[in-house]
Amino acid sequence: MSELLAMLREQREAWGRRLLSVWQRLPPPVQALLRWAAVRWRGVLGALVIAFGIVLPLFFSPTSKFINTEILALAYVMFALGLNIVVGFAGLLDLGYLAFFALGAYSTGWLGSTFFPKVSVHVLSYTPPGVPPPVGIHFNFLLILVCAALITAAAGAIIGLPTLRLRGDYIAIVTLAFGEIIRVFALNGPEIKIAGMPLTGGELGVSGLDFPHVPGVGTFTQLQLRPWYYTIFVLLMITLFVNVRLRDSRLGRAWVALREDEVAAVSMGIPLVRTKLLAYSVGAAFGGVAGAFLASFTTLVDAGQFQFAFSIFVLSMVILGGLGSIWGVVLGALLVANINYYLIPDVLNGLPGKLGLNFNLTDLQISIFGFLLVLVMVLRPQGLIPERRRQLELKAGIGETELEEPAR
Amino acid sequence: MARRVLAALRRYVGRWGLLALVLILPVYFLIHDLVSGYPGFAHGHATTTRDLTSLGQNLVQGISNGMIWALIAIGYTLVYGIIELINFAHGDVFMIGSFVGAGFWATIGLTLATGPLGLVFGLLLTLIVSMLACGSLNVLIERVGYRPLRNAPKLAPLITAVGFSFILQNVGLLWRGGAPTGVSDLIHQNQAVFNISGVVVRRADVLAIGVTVPLVFLLVAFVGRTRRGKAMRATAQDPEAARLMGINVDTTITLTFLIGGLLAGAAGLVYALYETTIWYFQGFQAGLIAFTAAVMGGIGNIRGAVLGGLIIGCIQVISDNRLKPEWTPALVFGYLVMIMVLRPRGLLGEETREAG
Repeated sequence: MSELLAMLREQREAWGRRLLSVWQRLPPPVQALLRWAAVRWRGVLGALVIAFGIVLPLFFSPTSKFINTEILALAYVMFALGLNIVVGFAGLLDLGYLAFFALGAYSTGWLGSTFFPKVSVHVLSYTPPGVPPPVGIHFNFLLILVCAALITAAAGAIIGLPTLRLRGDYIAIVTLAFGEIIRVFALNGPEIKIAGMPLTGGELGVSGLDFPHVPGVGTFTQLQLRPWYYTIFVLLMITLFVNVRLRDSRLGRAWVALREDEVAAVSMGIPLVRTKLLAYSVGAAFGGVAGAFLASFTTLVDAGQFQFAFSIFVLSMVILGGLGSIWGVVLGALLVANINYYLIPDVLNGLPGKLGLNFNLTDLQISIFGFLLVLVMVLRPQGLIPERRRQLELKAGIGETELEEPAR
Repeated sequence: MARRVLAALRRYVGRWGLLALVLILPVYFLIHDLVSGYPGFAHGHATTTRDLTSLGQNLVQGISNGMIWALIAIGYTLVYGIIELINFAHGDVFMIGSFVGAGFWATIGLTLATGPLGLVFGLLLTLIVSMLACGSLNVLIERVGYRPLRNAPKLAPLITAVGFSFILQNVGLLWRGGAPTGVSDLIHQNQAVFNISGVVVRRADVLAIGVTVPLVFLLVAFVGRTRRGKAMRATAQDPEAARLMGINVDTTITLTFLIGGLLAGAAGLVYALYETTIWYFQGFQAGLIAFTAAVMGGIGNIRGAVLGGLIIGCIQVISDNRLKPEWTPALVFGYLVMIMVLRPRGLLGEETREAG
């Protein structure tokens, strides 16, 4: 036994010597580069991923299903990052995230379509030359995104207000209730008339949305998906930057402090109302922008898309990826969205036929998704990339609250 | 001065706001019916009736409807009380209960032509079968999905619950297809049993109340009087201390899930007989309503869950019949938000462990 171990050790040392000699033969600039990359591996990895994201659509046809899926996936990453601020950072379980998707989408519907035919408002909007300006409210696409962020941030604060006195899962049910109320309003919107015009399109939806127009690029169409992809990519980069900066800011630390122990945090002087409401608002604003983008991309805002399942779908991305961990959430959202929109319907669907089985896998689509959720959670309950802070707590037992859990 | 008025107002709202909120709909329609009346039909021509029959009818239907929500809500409240998990799969377990019930009575040959004695025994058997099916299903889900995550972060089991909910929905979808399907109206649910000065009590109402009330009494007695029940309460209060006192916490949790499943199975059968249409998505909607009921009453509290179920049942029926049915969910959830604002622990809720 000991001889075997000695042999193995010798082998290892031999490999080490070989590697060292290779290393010494490298030219010094390459050595320096590699050394720098090894120290800064996070930054290097990030740059590689971003570069990959930029060149990815160039390998696919501009109308391919894959790019279409990736646009959806990136929008979902944005939703997940927004929800992560509320659930992951601040620890407020929000089951009504669809409210912000809906409000964001309706911002596009209200501010950039022919839905209100009795008025004609144009703010920096583009009309092709030689065409009479269309009726309805038409804002510039970027302005719509800003408006969506403002509207949803305000809505986030309003929804947050009644939950301030509540704790734990009572927050979950109140946010869920607000989500359902918004859904019912979206569904029954045609009954509510403002100056003789319906509030929403109900199940028929708000159609006739403007296509975004960016100077230098032109008007976005469904025949060329790349501008859409790059728009959401840039939006996502901004979201990521803001998220990272927020996490390391005073506000971010205040959120984490509230999550860990509300009483202690408040007694240390953290303003409870402002901090909690900011978490709701900021989280909601990202959801609103993503929703506004998605509405403009799918060219229809119908009430049927705002289902409780959406909130659950985004929440599962956050928890699968790792609650509070930005990179975990990005990975989780990309995985879940791709599995749901690409892998199950497109790739796996042909499988039974190839195996000579006569059944349709789309019948099992929800179960496959459910089964994957259960499997991943049982195998990796802390999420794919857990937040470093929580990891420390679980291992070193710094946090008392986490230590109580295993006792159950 | 203004501040004192404001403080007095706040005290006043805090004390009476909740009562006013709960009573506003019935009292409004009580006054409305007595003063301006509602359209009726008598002696061959349209009349305006001024009495309380219509409101009484609403309340009877609301209570019987709420009984079903109460049965499901108890399952939520028990599980939440003991492991602090929102068991999203519970509504779908209830849906499976309906499907098993409808499938089983068709299998043993209950039809509209079956005689009363055969019907009673057949339905009792069906009740037991669907209760057992849902009970064991719930225990299985706990064993596979929640027990391995006992030490995991708090939200991890929530996602497995969602996963199981999807799987069960898919089972329902494959079982009976994607559209609501009718089941045979075995008990002739709309037939009147008796009539108290114009308020008709239908067979469906008798069934819902007759199944739920004994089950709830049994459950309350079980939790309050037996050793096992005491173990459940102890585990809910402090799992660690309960374990130190020699209580088998795992068995107790399994028992809780079993009881929740049994009640969901009973609710499933009652729902199938009451509504006479079932579909795979009913569990999701019922789960949402029942969870709302559990929270409204104060989560972790059995009496609260029943009370919440009854209140939501009444709101729903009044809203469906008097206001616009398509706004009913918004009204129910609006009520929930208001109750949470006025009483953050729910109607009968106590401090939960997390808050204490």
